[in-house]
Amino acid sequence: MKTMRRNFLKIAAFAALGWGVRPASQLLASAGAEPSEGVLFASRHAVHAGPNSLKASRWAMVIDTTKLTEKIMEEVVHTCHSIHNVPEIPGKQNLKWIWEAHMDHLFLEDLHEFQPQAGAKSALALCNHCDNPPCVRVCPTKATFQREDGIVMMDFHRCIGCRYCMAGCPYGSRSFNFMDPRKHLGKTNPDFPTRTKGVVEKCEFCAERLAEGKMPACVEVSEGAMVFGDLSDPESEVRKLLAERFSIRRSPTLGTKPCVYYLV
Amino acid sequence: MYDKNKILVGLAVFVVFMTYPFWNNIGSAAYKRPELEKVKMAKECVEGVEFMRSEHMAMLNEWRDEVVRNGQHEYHSTATHRVHAKSLTKTCLKCHENKDKFCDKCHATVSVSPYCWDCHVDPKGEKK
Repeated sequence: MKTMRRNFLKIAAFAALGWGVRPASQLLASAGAEPSEGVLFASRHAVHAGPNSLKASRWAMVIDTTKLTEKIMEEVVHTCHSIHNVPEIPGKQNLKWIWEAHMDHLFLEDLHEFQPQAGAKSALALCNHCDNPPCVRVCPTKATFQREDGIVMMDFHRCIGCRYCMAGCPYGSRSFNFMDPRKHLGKTNPDFPTRTKGVVEKCEFCAERLAEGKMPACVEVSEGAMVFGDLSDPESEVRKLLAERFSIRRSPTLGTKPCVYYLV
Repeated sequence: MYDKNKILVGLAVFVVFMTYPFWNNIGSAAYKRPELEKVKMAKECVEGVEFMRSEHMAMLNEWRDEVVRNGQHEYHSTATHRVHAKSLTKTCLKCHENKDKFCDKCHATVSVSPYCWDCHVDPKGEKK
C-alpha cells in the first residue's frame, strides 16, 4: 500500500508537469492576431509589394463550374503549366499545379448521386491557399510559408524534399519531382525557373505575376469562369459573386479554411 | 624515446603529404583572371565592378531571400541610383547574355559549381 501511494504521487506530479507545458505549446502553435497564426509554426510573411503590383489583404479565387467547358479547362491547364515550366511525365510521377477533376472527387461530402444531370461533371482543382494551411505547419524547413495576403508560397531553394507537406495537404495539390523535370519539358519559359529533382511544387496563385500587376494566368485565359480578387473587400468581384450565388469549398470540415470557392 | 625511427618516418610522411599541394604547384602558371565577355547593351552594372566581383554571390543570395520570402522585387542601386528587378534571368542575364562566356569562365577556373542553373534557365544555353 505504501509503495502504491508513492507511485501515485509520482505519476500525479508528472501529469501536473505535463499540463504545465500545455499553455506554452498552445502559445507557440496559435497565438497570432488570428487563431490560425502561431508564434512559431504558422506565422505569416509580410509582403512588401512594389508600386506596380496588385495588392489585397486576402487573395481568393472563385471558380464558376457552370462556365467551365472542356476546352477552357484544357487551355487553363496548358497555359499554367507552360509558363511555369511544369513538365508532363507519363505515369504516377506526373506533376501538376492545376488539373481537371471529377466533381465527385472534388467534393467528397457535398454531392450525392441524385444531382441534376445538367450540372458540371468536372471542374478545375488547384492549391486552395488555405487560411489554416496544414502543409505550412508540417514543413520542417519553412520552405513553404504563408504570406500576409494569404498566398501559400514555395521557396524551392529551401525545400529538402521530405514530402511532409504532401502528406499534410488533404487536396493533393502538391507534386514531387521524382526526376529531373527538364528532360520532360518541351519548351522552357526562361523567365520562370524550372525545378530540380527532389523538390515539391504547387500553384502559387501566380505571385510572380501579381508582383508585376498582372492577374493569374489561369484567370486571364478562363473566359470569365475563374475570378480572382480580395476576399476582405466587400466591393470586390469575388465577394459580389459569393454574395449572389451558392458556393461550396473543398472539404471545409477539415478546418483548413480553403480560399478557392466553387459556384455550382 | 621508444620507436624513434617509426615516429620519425611517420612524421616525414605526414609533412610530405601535408605540403604536397605546395610543391606540386611549383613551376606551374600563376592564377590569371579569365577574360570575360564585354557587355554591349549597358555601360554600368547594378553596382560597381569591384563590388560585383567580390560580392555578387552574397548579393544574389540576398535577392533570392528578399524576392521569394518578402516579396521585395525592386533593387535600388547605390551606384547608378536606378531601380532594377531583383532577378537573375530578367536583370543579370539581359546584359550578360552568355552564361558560358561570363559566369562559367571564372567559376570553372576557380572550380566552384553554384547550383543556380539546376533550376534557373539560361536562355541561350537551352538551344544547344
